[in-house]
Amino acid sequence: MSRLLQALFGRLPIGWLQLTHNRTRFAAALAGVAFANVLVFVQLGIMNSMATATLKPYGFFQADIIISASDANSMTEGSNVARQWMYQAMADPEVVAGTGLFVANVSWQRADKALSLTTYGINPTQPVFLSPEIASRAATLQLPNSGILDRFTRGLPRDEAAAIRPQSPFSFEANGITLTLYDTFAGGGGFGGDGFMMVSDQTFLLQFPARSSGAPDHILLQVAAGADPDVVAARLRDLVSDKSLRIRSYADAADEDLSYQQTKRPTGIIFGFGVIIGVLVGIVIVYQVLSTDVADHLSEYATFKAMGYGQGFFLSVVFEEALVLGVLGFIPGLAVGSLLLWAMASATTLPLAMTAGMAVTVFIGTVVACSLSGAIATRRLVAADPADLF
Amino acid sequence: MAEDVPVEVSGLNHWFGRGEARKQALFDVNLKVSGGSLTVLVGPSGSGKTTLLTLAGCLRDVQEGSVRLLGQELKGAQSDLQRTLRRRLGFIFQAHNLHGSLTALQNVLMGLQVHGRSDPQMQTKAARHTLTLLGLGDRMDYLPDNLSGGQKQRVAVARALVGNPDVVFADEPTAALDRESGATVVQMLKRLGQVRGTTTVMVTHDNRILELVDRIVTLEDGRIVNDTAP
Repeated sequence: MSRLLQALFGRLPIGWLQLTHNRTRFAAALAGVAFANVLVFVQLGIMNSMATATLKPYGFFQADIIISASDANSMTEGSNVARQWMYQAMADPEVVAGTGLFVANVSWQRADKALSLTTYGINPTQPVFLSPEIASRAATLQLPNSGILDRFTRGLPRDEAAAIRPQSPFSFEANGITLTLYDTFAGGGGFGGDGFMMVSDQTFLLQFPARSSGAPDHILLQVAAGADPDVVAARLRDLVSDKSLRIRSYADAADEDLSYQQTKRPTGIIFGFGVIIGVLVGIVIVYQVLSTDVADHLSEYATFKAMGYGQGFFLSVVFEEALVLGVLGFIPGLAVGSLLLWAMASATTLPLAMTAGMAVTVFIGTVVACSLSGAIATRRLVAADPADLF
Repeated sequence: MAEDVPVEVSGLNHWFGRGEARKQALFDVNLKVSGGSLTVLVGPSGSGKTTLLTLAGCLRDVQEGSVRLLGQELKGAQSDLQRTLRRRLGFIFQAHNLHGSLTALQNVLMGLQVHGRSDPQMQTKAARHTLTLLGLGDRMDYLPDNLSGGQKQRVAVARALVGNPDVVFADEPTAALDRESGATVVQMLKRLGQVRGTTTVMVTHDNRILELVDRIVTLEDGRIVNDTAP
C-alpha cells in the first residue's frame, strides 16, 4: 500500500504513515467507515428491493396501455374502472385488444400462519395479455376455482411449492371456497403480500361476490404493431368520456408506481432518509478522524510549512488519508453489507441482494464523502503557524 | 550562487499583542549577514533573538522596517514568494519537530521532496549520506520515538542541510547534544559556509561553540548591543 500511494502521489505517503502509526485508532476509523457503508448498503438494498417488488407484478402481464381509476397510484390500489370504457377505447383503430384485470388479497390460512396472496383475476382465454411463463400455465385456470401460485411465496416451504403440479394439485380453502392450485410460477414476496396468485376472472368473482364483472380494477389494452402507446394513450384520453380516468402507457404506469412508492409512501421516504443518514454518519466519522489527525500533527504541518511546503501538499495529505479510509473502510463494509442483505433476503424472501450498481455507487459515494470530510478538516491547517515552532 | 549579503535587516521594529497589551520586541534593528558566514545571536531570554530569527527566516510578517532575504524584500511579501524563499532555507528547531510517523530517513527525505519530483534513488542516496555524516548510519529506519534527544536533533540537522540550503536558521541546535556532537554540527555548518557558501544564523546559549563561529551578535531588550568577531 505504501509503495502504491508513493507512486500515486509522487512523494512519501505521509497520510498512510500517519494513519497506520496509531493502529488502534486506524482500526476504529475503518470500522466507523465500514459501519456507515453497511448502513447505506442496507437502506439501498431495501429501496432496491422495494423497486423490484413494485415492478414485479408488471412483468406478469403484457400490455401497452393501462386504464385505471384516478386514485390508483399502484397496481393494487384504487377504485374500480367500468368495463364500458374498455369498449369505448377499443373503438380506436389502433387498439387491437382489451381485457379487465382484477386485484385483491386472498388470505390462505395455513396451520401455523396466514399467508396473504396478492391475487390477480385474468381472462385465461386471452393469454396474449400474460407473460410467457404464466400464459403457458393459464389453461388450467379455465377450470372453476383453480389457480396457479407464486412458488416463492413467503412462508411456503420450497418442497411444498415444488410439489404443486397439474398431476398433483393442491387445494386449500379461502373465503369459504375451495381453491385448487394446479401449477406455480416465479413471483417473489413483496411489501404488500407474501406472494402472488393467478386465477381466472370468474374464480376471482366467486371469491369476491361483492365485486362485479363489469368493474375490474384496471383495463389492459394492446395496440397494433408499430403504434406508439403514448400517442394512442393521449388519443384515448380525449376519446374516453370519463375524464377522471388515468390512461397511461403501461411503461409510464410502472414508472409512476415506482416513483409513488419511493417518494410518496412512508416506507420509501424512510428508506431514503436512511441512506442520507448513513452518508451523514460516514461524513461525520471521517471528518472526526481526519480533523483529530490534523490537530495531532499541527506542529509537524507547521514544520513542513516552514520548509516551504504549500497548501496543495497539505490538501493532498488529507485527501490521501480520506482515500485510504474510504477504500479500506469500503471493503469490510461491502462484505458485512452483503452478508446482512443475504440474511435479510433469506428471512423475508424480499428481493434483497448486493448488486454491482449498489457497490459502485456506494464506493464512489464513500470516496466523495471522505474527500468532502477531508476538505472540511483541512480548515484546521490554517492554525499551523511555523512562527510558533520557535 | 551565494549572495554577498543574503540577510539584510534595516530599521526593523516588531511588536506583539494589541491595544494596551501591545509590547515592542525589536527596536530599530540593523544587521547585515555576509554570505557563507556563521553568525550567532546571543542574549538573555526575551531579548528578541528568536523574533529576529523568525523575521529574517521568513516565518513571520515584517511590520515595520525592512528585511531582505536572498535579495528579496520580505515586507509585504506574498505567500508564493515566502514559500519559494523558504525552500532555499534550512531550519533547525530546538524541539526537533520531527514527524513522529516517519523514520529518520523519511524525515530527511522530506527536506528534499519539497523541491518537487526528482529521482527517488538519488534522493535516498543523498539523505543516507547526510545521516551517515552525522553519525546516524545505523539509525536510518528508526522512528523518532526510538531515538535519543541528541539523535533526533541530528536528524533535524540532516533534514535542514540535505537540500543544500542557501541560508540555515537554527535555534539552539546544539542544546541537546554532547560537546563532541555539538562541535560536529557547528563544524559541518562552518564547512558548508566555506565550501558551498551556505550562510548560517544561529540562536544559541551554548558557550562551547562560540570559538568556532565567525560573528557574535548580542541582543538585549530588543536592541543589538554588541557585534563582534571572536
